[in-house]
Amino acid sequence: MIKARIVVTLKTGVLDPQGKAIESALQSFGIQDVGSVRQGKVFDVELAGSDTEQAETTLKAACEKLLANTVIENYAIEIA
Amino acid sequence: MRAAIVVFPGSNRDADVARALTLAGAEVVKVWHADSELPAGTDLAVLPGGFSYGDYLRCGAIAGRAAAMDAVRAHAARGGLVLGICNGFQILCESGLLPGVLMRNINRRFICHRQMLRVERADTRFTTAYTKGQVIDVCVAHGEGNFFADAETVARLEGDGRVAFRYSDAAGDLTEDANRNGSLNSIAGIYSEKLNVLGMMPHPENFVEDMLGGVDGRGLFQSLAA
Repeated sequence: MIKARIVVTLKTGVLDPQGKAIESALQSFGIQDVGSVRQGKVFDVELAGSDTEQAETTLKAACEKLLANTVIENYAIEIA
Repeated sequence: MRAAIVVFPGSNRDADVARALTLAGAEVVKVWHADSELPAGTDLAVLPGGFSYGDYLRCGAIAGRAAAMDAVRAHAARGGLVLGICNGFQILCESGLLPGVLMRNINRRFICHRQMLRVERADTRFTTAYTKGQVIDVCVAHGEGNFFADAETVARLEGDGRVAFRYSDAAGDLTEDANRNGSLNSIAGIYSEKLNVLGMMPHPENFVEDMLGGVDGRGLFQSLAA
């Protein structure tokens, strides 16, 4: 079995109201030195088989088809 | 006019839009999201408002890939009419039928109030009952209605006259206060390239009867049924 992690983040320059809210919450809780916060999503995925090249292709398709909206989001695939 | 309303798990405005279409004289049928075809003779496919799939992942993301959407895509490719309201607009963007994306409102709040819209053109299948520049009084109710697209896409939409409605004040001016979700260029609704697909965040179906506070939404359904 292959385990993979997909991280989806907003592209640079795309407004992130949730990240901004978290950023100001952290500051209001006295957590100092927090410059800026951007929120993203993490997907832990398990795939059958052991062919990591095939897994990479499958996961790329999953990101393009559903997991990321590439108008505003980037994705990164890490295979363990 | 035969309208097919696609119902997804979590759609909740299908009955309202059905009533608005029926009042305008259209014949309405409902289609389940897992159906892979629209009924024969469908002129208009409607994606109603609501919270399809609980807004999981991103608003409209999962619905945008449902089986019924392949049928809607084929219908649109044939030149058939498609109307997406609120969550329906989000679904159209996620399915690739319209460009851009509806992001979290700039003030991070769910907004729910009466809203003035400026009708940008009155020569499409959706707007002949209005006049160009007319200001209509409808409603908005959404948390993710902040229209965003890259600069090139927005320039193309503007250049090709594909903005259907903009958030305005009662005089038709595009003020910051009138654009509470923070949409680029105060965009409230857009058309596809061939003007046969319309996606809009506001709810014209809310205001089709005096009893409910207004009738400015009627024009859209009357235009379609004409």
